[in-house]
Amino acid sequence: MNWTKTLRVASVFIVIFVALLLSLPLNEKINLGLDLQGGSHIILECVDTPNAPVDNDAVNRALEIIRNRIDQLGVSEPVIQRQGLRRILVQLPGVEDPETAAEIIGKTALLEFKNEDGETQLTGAHLINAKASFDQFSRSIVLIEFDKDGAKEFGEATKNNVGKILSITLDGKEITHPRVEEPILNGKAEITGSFTVDSAKQLALLLRSGALPVKVEILENRSVGPTLGRDSITKGIRAGIAGLIIILIFMLIYYKGFGLIADFALVVCMILIVGALAGLKATLTLPGIAGIILTIGMAVDANILIFERIKEELKLEKTFRASIDAGFNKAFRSILDANVTTLIAAIALFYFGSGPIKGFAVTLSVGILASMFTAIVVTKIVLELVTNKFSSKTLL
Amino acid sequence: MDLFKDKNFNFIKNRKIAYTISAVIILVGLISFIFHGFNFGIDFIGGTLLQLRFDKSVSTAEIRKVLGEFNLSQSTIQKLSENEFVIRTENIDSEKRKEILSVLKEKLANPEVLRMEAVGPVIGEDLKRLSLYALFFAFIGIILYVTLRFEFKFSIVSILALLHDCLIVLGIFSLLRKEITIQVVAAILTIIGYSVNNTIIILDRLRENIKFKTRDIFENLINLSINQTLTRTIFTTLTTIFPILTLYFFGGIILSDFALALLLGMVAGTYSSVFISSPLLIEWNKIFKVHQKGLKINEKKKVEK
Repeated sequence: MNWTKTLRVASVFIVIFVALLLSLPLNEKINLGLDLQGGSHIILECVDTPNAPVDNDAVNRALEIIRNRIDQLGVSEPVIQRQGLRRILVQLPGVEDPETAAEIIGKTALLEFKNEDGETQLTGAHLINAKASFDQFSRSIVLIEFDKDGAKEFGEATKNNVGKILSITLDGKEITHPRVEEPILNGKAEITGSFTVDSAKQLALLLRSGALPVKVEILENRSVGPTLGRDSITKGIRAGIAGLIIILIFMLIYYKGFGLIADFALVVCMILIVGALAGLKATLTLPGIAGIILTIGMAVDANILIFERIKEELKLEKTFRASIDAGFNKAFRSILDANVTTLIAAIALFYFGSGPIKGFAVTLSVGILASMFTAIVVTKIVLELVTNKFSSKTLL
Repeated sequence: MDLFKDKNFNFIKNRKIAYTISAVIILVGLISFIFHGFNFGIDFIGGTLLQLRFDKSVSTAEIRKVLGEFNLSQSTIQKLSENEFVIRTENIDSEKRKEILSVLKEKLANPEVLRMEAVGPVIGEDLKRLSLYALFFAFIGIILYVTLRFEFKFSIVSILALLHDCLIVLGIFSLLRKEITIQVVAAILTIIGYSVNNTIIILDRLRENIKFKTRDIFENLINLSINQTLTRTIFTTLTTIFPILTLYFFGGIILSDFALALLLGMVAGTYSSVFISSPLLIEWNKIFKVHQKGLKINEKKKVEK
């Protein structure tokens, strides 16, 4: 074996080694999408209302308030992103109660105190604190506290309405309508109503984080529970392994020694795909797993093209070595063409797809590139190594 | 081992039969589309999907009865197992979802929400637009590439074959009332990218044959090219179909329609590569009165009928 050959073999092993290094241990190195680890994907849109038209600033403030609310929910590693003019994307990995989470995120939470004529006396804008508590009858209540200005306004409002009803509304819905006994000047008040422990906590959270400056609507909410996520991983892996085994056996039966080499290249291809995904910090989604499974089948296509070409060349009574070279050379253009067109489709998909589907475009693209490398480079190196030792009859 | 030893099928002579078969399948799909359109999934038209697992077995009728209380008896309920169901309804808000779940719990059994998707109509419109863009750009990209690598004529027959494949998949989906979801669109894009491969491999061989076998007539060169590449066409399709089948059978409900679309597309794609796309070149030459290389010398020597 000469030096260049040794170098080429070594470089293949280095690539495999790096891929393994990048991807192991799998459960730490591979980012799972929401559809696999469970969680919520929510798209919100800020909408115009007569009182609060949407502008750039309002959307940014809304985003900050939403971030604040999510932090208080205790979700780890949330994604909160502005999308375009009016949309906000929220991703909550592993959130336990997606329905409640979405409700909390999307609520305007505008607190208003209104007199008997329905005129707003003050809003929750000057709140500095809100917390859930219990009154002497151990009913759930929410305690609120105003800042200095708020305390003054609240004092005025209560003074002007002594003996009258001062109702408290949230987003226009009345929570409670207490009668003002005497002016409250210390800026502290309690909201009673038909709260449960949870709903009192939720209201306190909303009031603490402040009202959204504009109305927000939930355009899309996709949530996957952790059970289904785990289930999907298991099923995906099972389908992948079954597909892989069938292909390995098929290639071995039809192409014997050559098939074994193609099988080796295929396994290397899988390692490279996983390594690349880990290295690129790409997110693996369920369609992404499907992309990898599809690649299993597409990867050996290149080898089939090469092997069939080699067979044809052998029929022309060329030497084994010459047939291999001719086979690789003549099949190369076809393989390149075939892969480029699939890549064009994958790129179109990447740019226009959303969420999980992007994951499919990524694994498909990575798979195509990895399979071209293994089917052409790795297979050729291994073939060159063994042609000296075996004849075409024992291999094909 | 050689699957088609001394293969010499006359694809050209029988091309009219192939055209007819394709035309019939596409027509049936088209009629189905005209009469009941596509069954668009909630990705495209908006709606709510709930995948629920109950803690004991429940019947579809029982669930439908509960949904009826909310005026949702028209919803589709898909049974996955004794206690697992996928329910698709019109778009309902989270309050109503909670109510439905609590009534289900009260009257039937405790449901665990495995998956919940609520998509508003706005998102659906966006997605339809984006899907069309993606399909359009994929087509344009492939026409450009094939034109660049071969010639315009070749890219036109490749694209006709791709349209053929897409129409067959969409037609069958309409016929089977299968949902068109974003995953199905992804599958169709993949088919567009992959199915042209087989066509390219045959065209590549045809170009080689045109270069080296100038004494033979065009029809025979096409036939020869298809036959020479037949084994690899069939094997590459088979190896791609195997994993798609395992995906269909073991990959779970979420991926099964995706796998089905891929499977149909692969079969249609291989069929069109062999029987439709290259034979169409003859039609092209007839229509535009092109005398293909090799043809002129042997003008009098007709293809045997």
